[in-house]
Amino acid sequence: MNTAAGFTVVRPGLLTTVQDLGRWGHQALGVPVSGPMDTFAHRLANGLVGNPPAAATLEVTLLGPELRAERALVAAVAGAEFVLTVDGRPVAHHSPFTVPAGSVLRFGARHGGSRAYLAVAGGITTAAVLGSRSTHLVSGMGGLEGRALVAGDVVPVGPAARHDRPARTARPFVRPSPGGPAVLRVMLGPQDAWFSRQSIEALLHEVFRVSTRSNRMGFRLEGPSLTTVRAEEPLSEPVPFGAIQVPAGGAPILLMADRQTAGGYPKIATVIAADLPLAGQLGPGDVMRFTACTRAEAHSALIARERELLRALPEEASV
Amino acid sequence: MSVTLTRPRLHLSGDSLVLVEFEPRVAPEVNARVVALAEAITAARVPGVRDVVPGYASAGVHVDPLHFDAAALEQVVAHAWDLTGPERAPARVIEIPVCYGGAHGPDLDAVAAFAQCTADEVVQRHAAPDYRVYMLGFLPGFAYLGSVDASIGAPRHLAPRERVPGGTVGIAGRQTGVYPCDSPGGWQLIGRTPWRMFDATRTEPAVLRAGDVVRFRPVPASEWDLLAGGPWA
Repeated sequence: MNTAAGFTVVRPGLLTTVQDLGRWGHQALGVPVSGPMDTFAHRLANGLVGNPPAAATLEVTLLGPELRAERALVAAVAGAEFVLTVDGRPVAHHSPFTVPAGSVLRFGARHGGSRAYLAVAGGITTAAVLGSRSTHLVSGMGGLEGRALVAGDVVPVGPAARHDRPARTARPFVRPSPGGPAVLRVMLGPQDAWFSRQSIEALLHEVFRVSTRSNRMGFRLEGPSLTTVRAEEPLSEPVPFGAIQVPAGGAPILLMADRQTAGGYPKIATVIAADLPLAGQLGPGDVMRFTACTRAEAHSALIARERELLRALPEEASV
Repeated sequence: MSVTLTRPRLHLSGDSLVLVEFEPRVAPEVNARVVALAEAITAARVPGVRDVVPGYASAGVHVDPLHFDAAALEQVVAHAWDLTGPERAPARVIEIPVCYGGAHGPDLDAVAAFAQCTADEVVQRHAAPDYRVYMLGFLPGFAYLGSVDASIGAPRHLAPRERVPGGTVGIAGRQTGVYPCDSPGGWQLIGRTPWRMFDATRTEPAVLRAGDVVRFRPVPASEWDLLAGGPWA
């Protein structure tokens, strides 16, 4: 593995972490999956620079970093829209660009979405832990020493697979609808039967807001209180990305990328895979609505989303 | 064994997790079925399955919905759901050394007060049973063990501590467990093992896995350094 210096971190931004497609296969040991909050934007950024989808990117949150290239790099940013400059000259979002050796890539003002993905041709090559480079902040695993980037960090980048053919610019992709609440489709359950009829109605007809007490593990949601009709709690069981669990207090939590492997709170519904990238673009204060769908609808929605990703990328890119 | 076996039910949690659910109770015979089924599903290499995770009474099968072969999973479950019995390998028995009380177990006296007995009796009652590892979760390498002698089953603290040192042994009602790394935690802390319960760089990162039998062996604090490496050093 080539671990030559790629970037030096000048300013780290609010929360910038190394992420690949996640640490799958070890949840039986209690090892969380982690990975990107918006997997589609991560894959799009990789595709734009000719990386395989599993290459590690930097996930940039709300307030972006400044990074100095230690050698000439080909990079692309997808997901949340930031004003991007290289040594003060603007470069385009959703389009590959060159960062000459010694120049500084700066994430400026943010115009939409919460999380951007910076892919670099060759991929970020921090050491893999249990088969993944994803940073899991709570357990301190993966990425750079299991933590977010800090000023002075040197981020290693591998050798680029190909520089010869710049990919075309991608079309705008996943972003929360401006002005209105994001609409997230859910499949009810697995414990929807534990909740009162009014709580199911509230989930599907009211608006919820992402609390400031939210992080990569989960979004605490402010909105109507959801109440169970049973006194007991379910036994601890495995939980997926997108599950909406409801602790006794009645305030739901939407489980996100750094979620624990299992949980013992009743789960009223689960956001479908096709809409997780949209959820991953929400930040504190953003609002959402939930709407119920069937498994077949979830499947169609995911196929449509994958087609969108394929159309957004040059034909030879793998996603 | 004259236990009535109940066929598991397949339940969806969204389009990316299939839960194979047995009777919802904390019981070794239920959990044994979960562990056996999880092993069978893993071994069957069902297309689209990304991770198989045992819970107390259910196995979670994480899938990539675009490539998942639901019929293949249903077939594995239909053939393997009652795969328990004498033909299966006996559980591993892991004996974990624990320094009880003092700085290592700041809540030992509180648990003794709860149980209306002496601290030594709490240690005896905690170290007496064979515990079952029902599942891992919460943190990498954290095993949920049951069942604690009801007399010492003190409830968790209302306000969790901000930092519990890795290796600390706690009680929460009928559950007991070892914090694998420094973390916040609300359990009653009665001792600490010098072992590193999780280390991602080891061939087997977690000391425990679902289905194991665990015994706690009281050791004097003077032996801490001697035991610190664990059996992997």
